[in-house]
Amino acid sequence: MTAALRQTVGLADDSELLRFTTAGSVDDGKSTLIGRLLYDTKTAFEDQLDHVADVSRRRGDERVNLALLTDGLRAEREQGITIDVAYRYFATTRRKFIIADTPGHIQYTRNMVTGASTAHLAIILVDARQGVVEQSRRHALIASLLRIPHVVFAINKMDLVGWSEARFEEIAAELRAYVGELALPAVTFLPLSALTGANVVERSAEMPWYAGPTLLDHLETVPLDEEREIGARFPVQWVIRPQSTSADLHDYRGYAGTLAAGELRPGDEVVVLPGGRTTRISKIEQGGIALAVAFAPMSVTIHLADDVDVSRGDTLASPQRAPRVEQELEAMVCWMSERPLVAGGRYALKHGTRSTRAVVSAVDYRLDVSTGARHAEDGGRLALNDLGRIRLRAMAPLVFDAYAENRTTGSFILIDEATNATVGAGMLLAPAS
Amino acid sequence: MLVRLAEKAFRPARFPFPLLHIDTGHNFPETLAYRDKLVGDLGERLIVANVQDSIDAGRAVEESGPRASRNRLQTVTLLDAIRDHKFDAAIGGARRDEERARAKERVFSHRDDFGQWNPKNQRPELWSLYNGRVRKGEHLRVFPLSNWTELDVWQYIAHEAIPLPSIYFAHQREVFVRDGMYYAQNPFVTLLPGEAIEKKTVRFRTIGDMTCTGAVLSPARTLDEVIAEVAAARITERGATRADDRFTEASMEDRKREGYF
Repeated sequence: MTAALRQTVGLADDSELLRFTTAGSVDDGKSTLIGRLLYDTKTAFEDQLDHVADVSRRRGDERVNLALLTDGLRAEREQGITIDVAYRYFATTRRKFIIADTPGHIQYTRNMVTGASTAHLAIILVDARQGVVEQSRRHALIASLLRIPHVVFAINKMDLVGWSEARFEEIAAELRAYVGELALPAVTFLPLSALTGANVVERSAEMPWYAGPTLLDHLETVPLDEEREIGARFPVQWVIRPQSTSADLHDYRGYAGTLAAGELRPGDEVVVLPGGRTTRISKIEQGGIALAVAFAPMSVTIHLADDVDVSRGDTLASPQRAPRVEQELEAMVCWMSERPLVAGGRYALKHGTRSTRAVVSAVDYRLDVSTGARHAEDGGRLALNDLGRIRLRAMAPLVFDAYAENRTTGSFILIDEATNATVGAGMLLAPAS
Repeated sequence: MLVRLAEKAFRPARFPFPLLHIDTGHNFPETLAYRDKLVGDLGERLIVANVQDSIDAGRAVEESGPRASRNRLQTVTLLDAIRDHKFDAAIGGARRDEERARAKERVFSHRDDFGQWNPKNQRPELWSLYNGRVRKGEHLRVFPLSNWTELDVWQYIAHEAIPLPSIYFAHQREVFVRDGMYYAQNPFVTLLPGEAIEKKTVRFRTIGDMTCTGAVLSPARTLDEVIAEVAAARITERGATRADDRFTEASMEDRKREGYF
């Protein structure tokens, strides 16, 4: 597409994408806030708005209920609730956005953890009348555990507290004290009203005391931080070996996958893990075109100088800054199944491109997500929506980094082999041992 | 789009899966011409499953009346094809921005023994770790374009210079108006009293069956013109042109539960 056309249609730069998640308790106005963002950025389409106006009228709502823009399933629209994580898309001239909209009431931990796993920023809604409630603390703790780089506390319904600066400061001070204890890297406090639109996209005339950015300004300018520099990590997803009689393809052997961290260039030395053989990169391709460099999160095909044994699930890594290779693992896990996790439980484990099995050797403690307290006395089990620290023994070694170092190489899921359900989300720890 | 992504993933080797077309018999001729050229150029295997065969075998019953469509019938043919070929996954191009019910869809979406989608009991999807496990008789629908928007797709088509069926671009066509939408004149519908054929310059934003895909009035003859039009559009692509989504408030949700793509 030409630059002129890009200008005319006001398209965001291809490279700028911000994924964020929204969390709030029931009636915090989360759906209304998202509806407001879609409406004021002119993302909501006419037929969707007509539809929402129509449904609002039939339900007897006083004004067009923007929350209906986000509720997709029939049961949700009937009951006025959000059941599952829903994904929304909008774009401005500066960025594209993907919202993971997670419900505040049922299954809150499971859903928020899911939304948070891919988010670069979290908006946590706080009702200005209620102030900080248990859910606010819970959401902040989950954002911190999932290592979302940016957190915005949106103090909503400012219209209902007379646009009071004192009230806003009071809530912000309480939150500041709480998040000081968590490892939240960047925190912003924003007074707004999703209902009237104040400080969402348009600056509020009612709160002249607030000098900071509107929510949209913030979303458009927040730095898209990269992961910490840990060296290159390339989990092999697929081995390309054409079954071709053509002479030039006879010896073709490419390793396809997505770079999880760092960058690679032809000539770079790499170690194949968990095997441990060292070789060099002879060529990097994307769609048949040779590249001089590839960096995370590009999907590429890599060729190696030596004929070493590499299969799906192996990782090519920088030898100087190699990842951990271990079978005995420690992790924080979010449990997502009605059937509790217990010591001795066996599960299928998926980590990067590797699928293996693991047995839970111990449950160290359950984390109370409202208070941060650790409960070791719970009898070694985690129930649905619990978070806790566990130890695992994997059937094959995992090539990983601590989740704190890299969210891709440090995460895994557990699958119940009887039902095939995804039952656990794990974040690997790197104990000093 | 999907074919181009598959080429990026698997070339110079062959795809490790065949292509599947559920042919309702009500396709635009341009769609079939495009399909045959695409498959020929690719050198990949194409399986065509015909809705007509499902009707002849008594597995599906043709709708009647002036609004008869084979849209819903194709679910039967699709599920039969998945079973007959023992596919454990079917990759499709659906996107979450298309429609309300699709906003809740997973990238790896589980279907039970009956091919049904249960939106209230979906597997959580975290990071980029997908759970591809199924039991015998079940299958997955996999949607690699889940997080793309309509505009993203058009930008990628422009970037990659992907050839398209000609009817995505403006052309003269004989159309008639029904329920506020322009439909192509076609052998599968009977005009109702008061409906008349007229000639218009139109293009299609989505392509489904001739019986249920509406055209939009458009002068956009080039890719850049189409992108400018899509960026300025104030109505969703399915809302604008798909009669199949209009039956009830939760039309897509109902069909997806039955196993529709």
